Amino acid sequence: MTRSHQPGELLLRLRGVTKQFGAVTALQDIELDIHAGEVVALVGDNGAGKSTLVKVLAGVHQPTTGTIEYLGQPATFDSPGKALEMGIATVFQDLALCENLDVVANLFLGHEVNPWALDEVQMEVRAWTLLRELAARIPSVREPIASLSGGQRQTVAIARSLLLDPKIIMLDEPTAALGVAQTAEVLNLIERVRDRGHGVILISHNMEDVRAVADRIVVLRLGRNNGTFNANISHQELVAAITGASENSVSRRAARKLETADQIGEALQ
Amino acid sequence: MSPSDNIEPRLDRADSRVRHDAGLAGALRGFIDQVRSGDLGMLPVFVGLLLISIVFSALNPVFLAPNNLVNLLFDAAAVGFIALGVVCVLLLGEIDLSIGSMSGLASAITGVLWVGSGWPLLLVIPAVILTGAIVGLIYGFLRNQFEMPSFVATLSGLLALLGLQLYLLGPTGSINMPFSSALVRFGQILIMPAWLSYLVAIIPGTLIVWGARRADAQREAANLSSTGMSVPIAKAGVLTAALLFAVWYLEQGRGVPWMFGVFVAFVAGLDYALRRTKWGRSMFAVGGNAEAARRSGINVRRIRMSAFIVCSSFAALGGVFAAARLASASQQAGTGDVNLNAIAAAVIGGTSLFGGRGSAWSALLGVLVIMAISNGLTLLNLSSSLRYMITGAVLAIAVIVDSLARRSRASHGRA
Ligand SMILES: Nc1ncnc2c1ncn2[C@@H]1O[C@H](COP(=O)(O)OP(=O)(O)OP(=O)(O)O)[C@@H](O)[C@H]1O
Ligand SMILES: [Mg+2]
Repeated sequence: MTRSHQPGELLLRLRGVTKQFGAVTALQDIELDIHAGEVVALVGDNGAGKSTLVKVLAGVHQPTTGTIEYLGQPATFDSPGKALEMGIATVFQDLALCENLDVVANLFLGHEVNPWALDEVQMEVRAWTLLRELAARIPSVREPIASLSGGQRQTVAIARSLLLDPKIIMLDEPTAALGVAQTAEVLNLIERVRDRGHGVILISHNMEDVRAVADRIVVLRLGRNNGTFNANISHQELVAAITGASENSVSRRAARKLETADQIGEALQ
Repeated sequence: MSPSDNIEPRLDRADSRVRHDAGLAGALRGFIDQVRSGDLGMLPVFVGLLLISIVFSALNPVFLAPNNLVNLLFDAAAVGFIALGVVCVLLLGEIDLSIGSMSGLASAITGVLWVGSGWPLLLVIPAVILTGAIVGLIYGFLRNQFEMPSFVATLSGLLALLGLQLYLLGPTGSINMPFSSALVRFGQILIMPAWLSYLVAIIPGTLIVWGARRADAQREAANLSSTGMSVPIAKAGVLTAALLFAVWYLEQGRGVPWMFGVFVAFVAGLDYALRRTKWGRSMFAVGGNAEAARRSGINVRRIRMSAFIVCSSFAALGGVFAAARLASASQQAGTGDVNLNAIAAAVIGGTSLFGGRGSAWSALLGVLVIMAISNGLTLLNLSSSLRYMITGAVLAIAVIVDSLARRSRASHGRA
């Protein structure tokens, strides 16, 4: 990184971003600000548009309408390469790894050391260092990705996003397949990255993780903004924002559980 | 210093679950594991060559005569060049079915410009390769811009290029090339001096040992485990002995053709490009998972374009070699079994039709198998009808092996 940013400095600003896939409107009038030194959690139900938003910022999809400002300048991310170059790295939900290549090749894909005579030793050392930072349990970095477990692959994808020392890092359900220790390491890592003055966008369905690290929680519902909260928000309120009603399947289930507990209590008495 | 002397474990040796094969026995065990999981590598080629030699030399002892093998190498170079290009498109999971026509067109252009218009060879050959590059550019454009499947684009190319070839050759239908010219001598008689052939035979082994030493030293310095020298030395020893024997055997006849030597040099060059450069890495990535490659910032369109350009250019160069070999450019050049031979060679050598797996050496080894079959059948005086059927069957078998190996690899988690 060339210069570090003051905490609180605005890195990314989205206004009125809409994305349509044919008849489906995946995102509508999205507003989002990302500041340096801040973890923004993006939550919402399945199909709410979280991954689509991340892909728009990663240059994978082009927004149908709307403006994106990056470091105070209007910006278009017309290819994934451009977004990476500008300092936005992404861990995609589907990981986007090449199964036929080994761990080192995947980590450095598109950014190999010494393009005309690949420096395998240097890349391997760097790979081990990155993986160690994540407490990765990877037996060999010279095995093809196809032979790794789901969680190991996820670790590789996360390690890859750190490689270029990005200004903003977006993690789309990075801990979905991770073990307890690895999840803790990823959360630690998110805090370390934030403390270095980078912006982090975290997508997760795990509300505990979200409230543990997020400075702000942005809720998407059916492709629209449905409120921005700070980390102190109660579980019920957050669920209500995600599902769109205080009366919802989660609250009903909780109520039912309470009821059965009461009944058992009465029966015992 | 043995690894156990280190208090701090090596960077890559922290996980105790992995068996780290060391030494010769370890390498052998690793190789057997690899083959059983469906990663066959070059194994089918060696089995194939062995079977072919036994069968054909039993049927006709001339097959293994030094001069017959020298002729075989002369024949192999042209198809080998075409197969080398095919490797590039197969790596991306694409195909080029017009390579035969491209080589035919290339020999026609050579005939027209060189014999017909009197251009110097030094201009003719670049012009021919440029033509190939332009054809590849068109295929790449069709694939990128219109998402046209490459087999359709190149199938129409097959006919279009053949048409152009017939048009260029005109009503006479063939152009003969002067036997005393450098090109024809290159294609029919020029032999590498014996000392040079022997020298070349030692190079691969030397490179293996030297490369392994360098890698070991670098890994040692970077606190990575090193593999030790016993395996590379054994590999280099076997390889050098085999190559020296091959050269010695060919020297009992006329020797190693220059044409074949040039082909091998190109194979080595492409091998380096595929394994040791960013371009090569990108080729494998796009063949393995194009969307993942795109999201890593690789310009997938440019990589595809480059593969088609390399393929057609090599096919064009193969056409020049074929013209040199036959001392003519005719309407038959590049037709018949040329297409299939080149594709079969790449697949037999171990390049997968499904993309993401393969090597430049597969073109060399595969073309030896294909040419050995074709040469053996010719010695038996079999008509081309039978030869075509047998070549077709060989390609089918190669593809079946490829598919089965792929399935086995998938179930063993080796991509
Ligand atoms: N490439 C695409 N083509 C068409 N529709 C798409 C595409 N990608 C996403 N969609 C649609 O956009 C909507 C939002 O999808 P998205 O993947 O962003 O959801 P998500 O919030 O990430 O959900 P999840 O929690 O399940 O990952 C869905 O209705 C989906 O069907
Ligand atoms: Mg998603």
